[in-house]
Amino acid sequence: MTAGGFAHALDAVTRVRGVRGAMLVSAADGLIVADQLMEGIKGPAVAALAGSLANRLGRAMAAAGMGDSVFWHLQCTAGALLVVPAGSGVLVVAVTDPEVNVGLARLELLRAAEAVG
Amino acid sequence: MTTRAVEAWTLEPLKRFVSEAAARLVLLMTPAGQVMAQHGFSRAVDVMSAAALGTAIMASTAELARQLEQPPFAALSHQGERHGIFLADLSTNRGRVVALVVYDVDVSSVGLVQLFFGQLVSDLQQASPTEGVPKQVLASDFERELSDSLNTLFGR
Repeated sequence: MTAGGFAHALDAVTRVRGVRGAMLVSAADGLIVADQLMEGIKGPAVAALAGSLANRLGRAMAAAGMGDSVFWHLQCTAGALLVVPAGSGVLVVAVTDPEVNVGLARLELLRAAEAVG
Repeated sequence: MTTRAVEAWTLEPLKRFVSEAAARLVLLMTPAGQVMAQHGFSRAVDVMSAAALGTAIMASTAELARQLEQPPFAALSHQGERHGIFLADLSTNRGRVVALVVYDVDVSSVGLVQLFFGQLVSDLQQASPTEGVPKQVLASDFERELSDSLNTLFGR
């Protein structure tokens, strides 16, 4: 996939009301592959910490015999982090407001993950 | 794992970095290879080898950048199957410091190391004394200075 393709995959995610930014993150490295973020979001920090969390959660899921993780929703008082791991070791990450439509955002994240491969 | 420093002001920033970035080994040294602090090394010979190799890589990349008429490279990252290496330099009130970080890819990542390296830079800049000139090591004192440093670094 090209850089344009990555940007296109994120477009639909960022169009969901309440989504403040979306990123493709290399899970192993914690580095940003592509991003569309509103000003004020610390993209590299979110990417590094999401990558680290993916690694640990993956091991926890494996230890518990629950298979691969499909979707995470980390809900906080001022917003949420939604993550869908794509097959190629890339995480599709959305940073959202608290009142985001989680179902719609999840759907777009899953579509983006499928497009990224 | 022990964290020890020859230059006391480097100790707390280093401890914080090690804890946050989950680094396995860290060396802080001058561009000449004098070790200022270390974390995780158990043998003096390993510290000396890592310091010499790390500063040699920094010197090589700086010269490569000079040949390309570019400013020096900010950092070098090399990831292997189990471990990754991150090498970068930073500026403090006591001059330039080279940081060599080794991390387990199962526990940390280059993204995490880069993220918390930024904090380490800031912490070291704040902690570094503005007064006093660092003592220059003369050839005649080199062996004694090296021996003293290694004793401090390994708590002897």
